[in-house]
Amino acid sequence: MRQGVRQGVREGVREEVALYAAVAAGGFRRYATYGTATAAGVFTNTVFGFIVAFTYIALWEQRPGLGGYDQAQALTFVWVSQSLLAAGALIGGGFQEELQERVRTGDIAVDLYRPADLQMWWLAADLGRAAFQLLGRGLVPLAAGALVFRLALPSDPSRWLLFLVSVTLGLVVSFALRYLLGLLAFWLLDGSGINLMATVVSIFFSGMLLPLTVFPGAFGEFVRALPWAAMLQVPLDVLLGEHAGAGDAAGALAFQAGWVLVLLGAGRLLQSAATRKVVVQGG
Amino acid sequence: MAEAVLEREFAELEVPRARGRLREGLRGYGLIVAMWVRSTMTYRTSFVLSTVGNAAITLLDFVAIYIMFSHVDALGGFTLPEVALLYGSCSASLGLADLLLGNTDRIGARIRDGSLDTMLVRPVPLLAQVAADRFALRRLGRIGQGLGVLGWALCTLDVEWTAGKVLLVPVMLLAGGSIFAAVMVAGAAFQFIAGDAAEVQNSFTYGGCTMLQYPPTVFATDLLRGVTFVVPLAFVNWLPALYVLGRPDPLGLPGWAAFLSPLVALAVFVPASLAWRAGVRSYRSTGS
Repeated sequence: MRQGVRQGVREGVREEVALYAAVAAGGFRRYATYGTATAAGVFTNTVFGFIVAFTYIALWEQRPGLGGYDQAQALTFVWVSQSLLAAGALIGGGFQEELQERVRTGDIAVDLYRPADLQMWWLAADLGRAAFQLLGRGLVPLAAGALVFRLALPSDPSRWLLFLVSVTLGLVVSFALRYLLGLLAFWLLDGSGINLMATVVSIFFSGMLLPLTVFPGAFGEFVRALPWAAMLQVPLDVLLGEHAGAGDAAGALAFQAGWVLVLLGAGRLLQSAATRKVVVQGG
Repeated sequence: MAEAVLEREFAELEVPRARGRLREGLRGYGLIVAMWVRSTMTYRTSFVLSTVGNAAITLLDFVAIYIMFSHVDALGGFTLPEVALLYGSCSASLGLADLLLGNTDRIGARIRDGSLDTMLVRPVPLLAQVAADRFALRRLGRIGQGLGVLGWALCTLDVEWTAGKVLLVPVMLLAGGSIFAAVMVAGAAFQFIAGDAAEVQNSFTYGGCTMLQYPPTVFATDLLRGVTFVVPLAFVNWLPALYVLGRPDPLGLPGWAAFLSPLVALAVFVPASLAWRAGVRSYRSTGS
């Protein structure tokens, strides 16, 4: 009897995993469809990479070791961050506009009716999208940068593995934050102003404009503790070997995991508040 | 003889017609813009937030430059107020172009969903409609912020002002805006061929502006040649600003080249408008 129950539970879990895997695969395929858009994005990321790289060369020539990086590390920072931009949806994009639109039109009622959790559903879809953009929009700019400039890419495969874990955590932090923005549509209806502000904040506080380690004093310490640091700065520092010891690396990943828990938890709370608010009109 | 008369008559016919078309285009543009402004004002909170956000996006760019200068005294030999002059002028120029026809990059979406067909049958020139599409008043934020930084730079800098230099500042902003506008029209035309490639023009507009806010001495010579002679972004603010600052052009162009910006702005509209016409002519509806 008890064995039967356990088997049933296991079956249920397996079904859930299969469901979210299918949603993620759908997210991947959806973005893979737009070849020209991907090529255009790769071109833009590469152009920006070149522009920023030259300014960093000028900066690091005058101040070698700025922010704890040498010039090759600073250039690696530029090119890897250009490769991660699209996947992390750091300059907008992703799903929250779509979620907001579904709230505005009332399609969200259909989503809530599905035998799947709203947050997990969107997380799976967004991770699928990110996986495609990591490959489709990440590899070429990084290769272009590595061809032209001397980068400090590690040769140690375990460092790359750690980087991949850190990137994944960063992607979930990014999702969790954008999910909160998406849900705000339940109260605001028009999310364009909020989205714009969110983009501004993420461009600045993720370290995309300038590595957060270059930010001075107490302000620097403050920005390095914010969730945006978990999206770009921490994965890059893991890759560049700034968290070389096992303890340091674990600390960096724990910092990311902490934000994952806090933000996903906040998303749960806001979601239950939002769904209590929904009144579905017939017709 | 008869041919010559006919030609003259045609010429006389063409001029008023062309002028009428321009007036018609501007009138249509004005009407559509007024409509979008009214619609924007329906959601006032969102409008205020997004205007402030628009100014803040670019202001944070400048904060990043400011932080760079907390570690160094000069970048590529330029001081902070000098970089602020570059930054403010290109930001205001791009803001101007972005306000007036920044939504031309939506044309790819219009082609995809078939709503471009609706535009083609309306009695207003297509470019005017595309340019005014979803006119976003919030972009005033960027212009205001750019002008603010520019004003600070001009007050802080120790420039030996001449009549030419005083004249050059507003000319630089308008010509710069026109050059960016031409890039946007060309980018929109490109979407007739590659509908999903809206992002390519960002490389030249936003990417161009990111480049122009730093001194030209920072970049490789080949890159400088490219943005001077191929896509003449250097005329947006580098050459005029170098003249105002009394600095030589790293490519060795003479000082008077700074005053060529308005001519360059006109010149770049030729390929842009040819591309636009070719694009419109090649357009095939998706049928949906």
